[in-house]
Amino acid sequence: MGEVNCPHMRLMSTPPSISVLPRPGSQLPSTAFKWAAALAAATIVVLIVLVGWELYVGSRQSISMFGVPFLWSSKWDPVAEKYGAFPFIFGTFISSLLALAIAVPLGVATALFLTELAPLKLRQPIIIAIEMLAAVPSVIFGMWGIFVLIPWLRDHLFVWLKHSLGFLPLFQGPVYGVSMLAAGIIIAIMILPIITSISREILRSVPDLQREAAYALGATRWEVLRIAVLSYARRGLFGASILGLGRALGETMAVTMVIGNRPQISASLFAPGYTLASVIANEFTEATTDLYRSSLFELGLVLLAVTILVNIAAQVMLKSLAGSGSSKVA
Amino acid sequence: MLPNITKRLALVAGAVAGLSAVTASAQMLINGAGATFPYPIYSKWFNEYAKVDPSVRFNYQSIGSGGGQAQILAETVDFGASDGPMSDDKLAKAPRAVWHFPTVAGADVMTYNLPGISTIRLDGETIAGIFLGKIAKWNDPAITGQNPDIKLTDSDIVVVHRSDGSGTTYIFTDYLSKVSPEWKEKVGKGTSVSWPTGLGDKGNEGVSGQVKQVPGSIGYVELAYAKQNQLKYADVKNAAGSYITPSIESVTEALASATIPEDFRFSMVNSPGEKAYPISGATWLLVYAEQKDHAKGEKLVQFLKWAYSDGEKMAAGLDYAPLPDKVVQRALARVQSIKY
Repeated sequence: MGEVNCPHMRLMSTPPSISVLPRPGSQLPSTAFKWAAALAAATIVVLIVLVGWELYVGSRQSISMFGVPFLWSSKWDPVAEKYGAFPFIFGTFISSLLALAIAVPLGVATALFLTELAPLKLRQPIIIAIEMLAAVPSVIFGMWGIFVLIPWLRDHLFVWLKHSLGFLPLFQGPVYGVSMLAAGIIIAIMILPIITSISREILRSVPDLQREAAYALGATRWEVLRIAVLSYARRGLFGASILGLGRALGETMAVTMVIGNRPQISASLFAPGYTLASVIANEFTEATTDLYRSSLFELGLVLLAVTILVNIAAQVMLKSLAGSGSSKVA
Repeated sequence: MLPNITKRLALVAGAVAGLSAVTASAQMLINGAGATFPYPIYSKWFNEYAKVDPSVRFNYQSIGSGGGQAQILAETVDFGASDGPMSDDKLAKAPRAVWHFPTVAGADVMTYNLPGISTIRLDGETIAGIFLGKIAKWNDPAITGQNPDIKLTDSDIVVVHRSDGSGTTYIFTDYLSKVSPEWKEKVGKGTSVSWPTGLGDKGNEGVSGQVKQVPGSIGYVELAYAKQNQLKYADVKNAAGSYITPSIESVTEALASATIPEDFRFSMVNSPGEKAYPISGATWLLVYAEQKDHAKGEKLVQFLKWAYSDGEKMAAGLDYAPLPDKVVQRALARVQSIKY
C-alpha cells in the first residue's frame, strides 16, 4: 500500500516543461493519452475507496457489536466470541518499528556506499544482489527463518543479548527463538531492498555541485557526506523509510512463520507476538461464525487505516522537515 | 479495416462459444468446497470416479471448513465439506435441509521432542494440564506417574499449537473439553481458540517443524502427517483406561464405538471402545437433502454411493481411517433418500 502514496516521487526534480507547437491533426492522440492516464490514476483512488468500503461492509457486524473499544480490547477468544484488536495492533507496530530500526541504517549505509564510496566495478554486482533479495518470495524467507535464522538467534544472538543486556525488560524472559525480535529481523531483511534502492536513487539525485562546493570549502570526505549529501537528501531518505514501513506493516507470510502467533502484549522482545496481517491469514479460512469473520474484516479495516495514517503522518513530517530550510531537494 | 476486425472477433467468439458448448454437453461440472484435511482423499476419489463416470467432473476447492459451510449455505457450490459438524444456528440459516455425510476419520497425535526418549504415555488430564500451562516441567508427578520407566528431567515444557484455524485444532480442543472440565470452562472447543499458553505455528508442518527444533516441546499434528513424516508420538489413555498407540485401526475402532445420531452430527473423541484412540474425529460432506438441479443431483447421489462402496477402500492407503461397515450402511440409506 506504500506504493500508492509515494513521497519520494515528488522529490525528484521535475524537468522543465517543453512547449511543443501544436501540429494540425495531432490533437487526438494527445487528448486520448491524457484521459487514459487520468483514468489510470483515478483507478487507484477508486480501488482504495472500494477496498475500504468492502472492509467496512464486512466488518459492520463487529463494529456494531464491539464499538470503538474493539481497538484497545486485548481479548481474542473465538470460542466465547469476544474480539479485540489491541495485541495485533501492538505487534504490527513493534515488529515494523524494529524492522525499520534495523533496515534504515543498513539500507542508507549501503546506498551511501554504492553511490559515494564503492569502486565502480563493485557497484553493479551489489545492486544485482540487492535486487535478487527483493525477488525472494516471502514464504522462502519464512522457511529460512524457521530452519536457519531462528536456531541461530536462539542459541547465539539471544543468549548473548540476554547475558549482556538482560537488565533491560526488553531482553528478559524465556527464549523460544520465535519472537517479536525474530519477526523484526525477518521484516528488516525483506524491506532492505526497497529502502536501499530508493535511498540510492535519492542520493544519486544530489547534484555534484553540492559535493564540489563542500570539497572546495576544504571538507573531508566524511564531512562532504554529512553536510553536502546526507543533509541535502534528508527528506528523500525519510520518504524511503516510510515506504519501507508501509511494506513492513503488511508483511504476512514470513512474519507468521517466525513471530510465534500469540496475541499478548509483552515488554520482552523474546516473547512471541502477533500481527494484524498474520491473524487474518491464519484464521480467515476457518472462521465459521459471522461475527468471527466480521471481526477479522475489522482487523483488515484497522490495518488499512493504520497504513493510511502512517502515510499521512509521513507527509506532515516531510512538510515540517521542508520548512527547516537547508534540506530542499527539488 | 474496422468491420473486418469485428467480423473476425465475432468468428472467434463463435468458435469459443461452440467449443464450450461441446464440452458442456459432454461433461457436467459439480463444484464443491471446504475442508483441507480430507483434500488428498477427495482428489483421489474424484480422479478415480472420472474413470467410472466420464460424463461428470468434480471440482473441489480446499478453502477450509468455514468457507465450505458458508458456500453451501449461499448455494455457490453443489456440495460443501467440513471437519466439524455445522451448528444448529448455521443449519437454521440454510434455505433447505443440509445433510451431513461422514466420509473418513482422522486423529491428532501428540508429538514431542525429548532427546533419547522414544515412547511416552499421557492421559487426557495431563495433556489438558500441559496445554493449560499448569504442568510446566517434564518431571511433573502427573507425567512421571504414568511413565515410571522413563528418566524425565526438570526441563521446561514448551507448548506448540496451530496458529491457523483448523479441523485438527477442533478435534484436539473437542477432546480436551470432554476430558477436562477446567478446559471446557476456560477455553472450550473450536477451529481456533484462545490458548492459555504456548507458541502458534501454521499448519501441521509448522507445528512439527517447531517441535523438532525446540527440545522439551510438545504439540499436536494430524496422524496422517505424523506417519508420513515419521514423527515420534505419545500413547494416549482412552476412556476404557488403556494406553493406545494412534493408528488407522484404533481410529476406526473409535468410530465403531462412538454414538452416532440420526443426522450424523457426532463427535467421536474419547469414545468408549476398548482399543479406540481417543483424540480422533470425522470429516463430512454437506449436501442439500433436496437437490435443485435434477441431473446434478442424480450424479451427486451416484457419486456418494460409489464413495461409500469403492471409495472407502482407498482411505487406509492415504492414512485415513475408513468408516466401519455399520456406519457405511446407515450413510448409504440416507444417500438413497436425497431427492432430485
